[in-house]
Amino acid sequence: MDKRKTLKVLITAFCLIVLSLFFSSVSDSAEYVIPKKFTTPPPPFTPGIFPCSQCHQGMPADKKPRKLEQMHQEITLRHMPDGWCFDCHNADNRDKLRLANGKLISFGESYYLCGQCHGTVLRDWKAGLHGKRTGQWNGEKEYRLCVHCHWPHEPAFKPLTPMPPPVKPSDIK
Amino acid sequence: MKKIIENIDGINIDRRTLLKGAALGLAGTALPLDKADASFWDAFFQKHFREMTEKDLKKVLERLEKEYEEKHKKAVKVGAEKALPDVLFGYGLDLSRCIGCRRCVYACVEENNQSLDPQVQWISVLRFKKGDKWMDLENSEKYYNPQQVPEPGYFYMPVQCQQCENPPCVKACPTRATWKEPDGIVVIDYNWCIGCRYCMAACPYGARRFNWGEPKRPPEKINPNTHYLGNRPRYRGVVEKCTFCIQRTRNGRYPACVEICPVGARKFGNLLDPESEIRYAIEHKRVFRLKEDLNTNPKFYYFFAYGK
Ligand code: HEC
Ligand code: HEC
Ligand code: HEC
Ligand code: HEC
Repeated sequence: MDKRKTLKVLITAFCLIVLSLFFSSVSDSAEYVIPKKFTTPPPPFTPGIFPCSQCHQGMPADKKPRKLEQMHQEITLRHMPDGWCFDCHNADNRDKLRLANGKLISFGESYYLCGQCHGTVLRDWKAGLHGKRTGQWNGEKEYRLCVHCHWPHEPAFKPLTPMPPPVKPSDIK
Repeated sequence: MKKIIENIDGINIDRRTLLKGAALGLAGTALPLDKADASFWDAFFQKHFREMTEKDLKKVLERLEKEYEEKHKKAVKVGAEKALPDVLFGYGLDLSRCIGCRRCVYACVEENNQSLDPQVQWISVLRFKKGDKWMDLENSEKYYNPQQVPEPGYFYMPVQCQQCENPPCVKACPTRATWKEPDGIVVIDYNWCIGCRYCMAACPYGARRFNWGEPKRPPEKINPNTHYLGNRPRYRGVVEKCTFCIQRTRNGRYPACVEICPVGARKFGNLLDPESEIRYAIEHKRVFRLKEDLNTNPKFYYFFAYGK
C-alpha cells in the first residue's frame, strides 16, 4: 500500500470515530425535558365522575381484586396482566393517581404514571414524536395526554371508520 | 371566439390563454381589445411575484381580493407572508402509527380550498400489504374502503408534495410559475401557470394536481384566510399541490393535516432548530425518503417509530 492510501484510510477512520462519538453523545443527552410552555386539554373524564371523592370520601377502600358490581361495571382491565386498580389509583384520596414510589399526582399529569412502565414512549412523547401536539410549531403547544388516545383500562388504540376514498377516474361522467 | 367569452369573468385566464395562444402561433387569440376593465390589463402586466415591490404586491393582493369577492360572493383575505428567517421546514410521517383513516385528506381540502367538484385532493393515502414489495407507488391501492381501519395485514402511506430541495418540477416549468422559497416550500403562482403540466410529468411522486374544470366550492366552504402562494381560490387550467399550509405555517401554526391526525403520525417543524420534533425524529428514528436515488432530496421524512 502506498503512503497516500494509508493516510487516506487513517483519516477516514479517524473521522468515523469522531462522528460516532458525536452521535452517541447526542443520543445520551436525549433525556428531553418537557418545555415550560405547554398545556394539555383537561382529562377526558365521563361527565360527572370527577371529583371521585364525591362518592369515595368516607367510603372504605376495598383493595381486593374483584368484579365490580355496584359501580364502574363498564371498566374491564385489558392492560398489564395481573394489574389492579391500585397500581394506578390512590386508595385514600381517589382524586389522585399514585406512582409506584408513593408519590401522588393529579389526573392532569397521568403521563408520569404511564411513563413508569413505558419510559421510551414517554420520552418520545415529551419530544413531540409519540402522540400529538397542536398550536404553534415555534411557540406554545398543546399536548394530548396519553389517555386521550389510550383508555388506560384498555389501552389498545380503537379502530376508526375511514373517510371516503377518492372518486375513481372511471366514475367521472 | 367561444374561449374569449368563457373567459370574460376570469381575468387571469385571459393572460394564460393569450400565452397559450401565442405559444401555438395564434397571436391575438384572446385579446379583448374592447374590454374596458382596467384590471384586465393590470392582471396582464402583473410582474413575476419575486420581482414585485411591496407596492406592486399590495395592489395585486387588493385586486385579487376584489376579484374573489365578486366571483365567490365571499370576502377572502389574500396574504403574502414572507419566509421566516432561519427556517427550513421539514415534515415527518410515522408509518408505524398511520392507520389510513384519511382524516388528513379532508382536513387539507377544507383548509386549502380544493375543488369539491371536480374533486381535487392533495394527499393520497396508499395502502400496501405487509411484506409485499412496496414503495411501488404506481401499484398501490388508494381506493380501499373497509368498515374500519387499520385492516390487519396492511399498512398505509400518505403521499403529498415532498418539498424537494432539488425539485424537478421547478426545472420543468417554462414560465417560472413554480419555484422554491427560502423556507424550502415549493410554491406555484396560479397567475403565471399556463397549465402545460410539464411539472406534473416531472414530479416523481405524482404530487401535483391539475384543475381540469372550473374549481367548485360553495361560498360557505371557502376558507377566507389565504396566502397568495397557497390556498387562495384557483382557476381552471392551473396546477396546484401541498404547500405545507403556507398560510398557517408562516404564521407559526402547524399544518392542518398535522393537527387533524388522530394517531399523531404527522410531525412538522424547523429543520434548523435542534429542539424541533422533526429533528428529534431524524436523530432518533430510522428515517427514509421516497425515491432517494433520484437525488431530489425531499424534506418529507418517513419513519417507523417502533417495530416493523
Ligand atoms: C357515583 C359514585 C362514584 C363515583 C363518582 C366514583 N366512584 Fe369509584 N366506586 C363507587 C362504588 C359504589 C364502588 C364500589 C363498587 C363495588 O364494590 O362493586 C367504587 C369502587 C371503586 C374502585 C374499586 C376499589 C374500591 O375501593 O372499591 C376504584 C379503584 C374506584 N372506585 C375509583 C374511582 C375513581 C378513580 C373515580 C373518579 C374518577 C371514582 N371511582 C368515582 C362509587 C363511585
Ligand atoms: C394503568 C393504570 C390504571 C389502572 C390499572 C386502573 N385505572 Fe382507572 N384510570 C386510570 C387513569 C390514568 C384514569 C384517568 C383517565 C382520564 O384522565 O380521563 C382512570 C380513570 C378511571 C375512572 C374514571 C373513568 C371515566 O369514565 O372518566 C374510573 C371510574 C376508574 N379509573 C376506575 C378504575 C377501576 C375501578 C380500576 C380497577 C378495576 C381502575 N380504574 C384501574 C388509570 C388506571
Ligand atoms: C405498571 C406498569 C404499567 C403502567 C403504569 C402502564 N402500563 Fe401500559 N402496558 C403495560 C404492559 C406490561 C403492557 C403490555 C401488555 C400486553 O401486551 O398485554 C402495556 C401495554 C400498553 C399498551 C399497548 C396495548 C396494546 O394492546 O397494544 C398501551 C397503548 C399502553 N400500555 C398504554 C398505557 C398508558 C396510556 C398508561 C398510563 C395511563 C399505561 N400504559 C400505564 C404496563 C403498564
Ligand atoms: C395522538 C394519540 C396518542 C397519544 C397522545 C399517545 N399515543 Fe400511544 N399510541 C398511539 C397509536 C396510534 C399507537 C399505535 C397503536 C397501534 O398500532 O395499535 C400507540 C402505541 C402505543 C404503545 C404501544 C407500543 C408502541 O410503541 O406502539 C404504547 C405503550 C403507548 N402508545 C403508550 C403511550 C403513552 C405512555 C402515551 C403518553 C406519554 C401515549 N401513548 C400517547 C397514539 C397515541
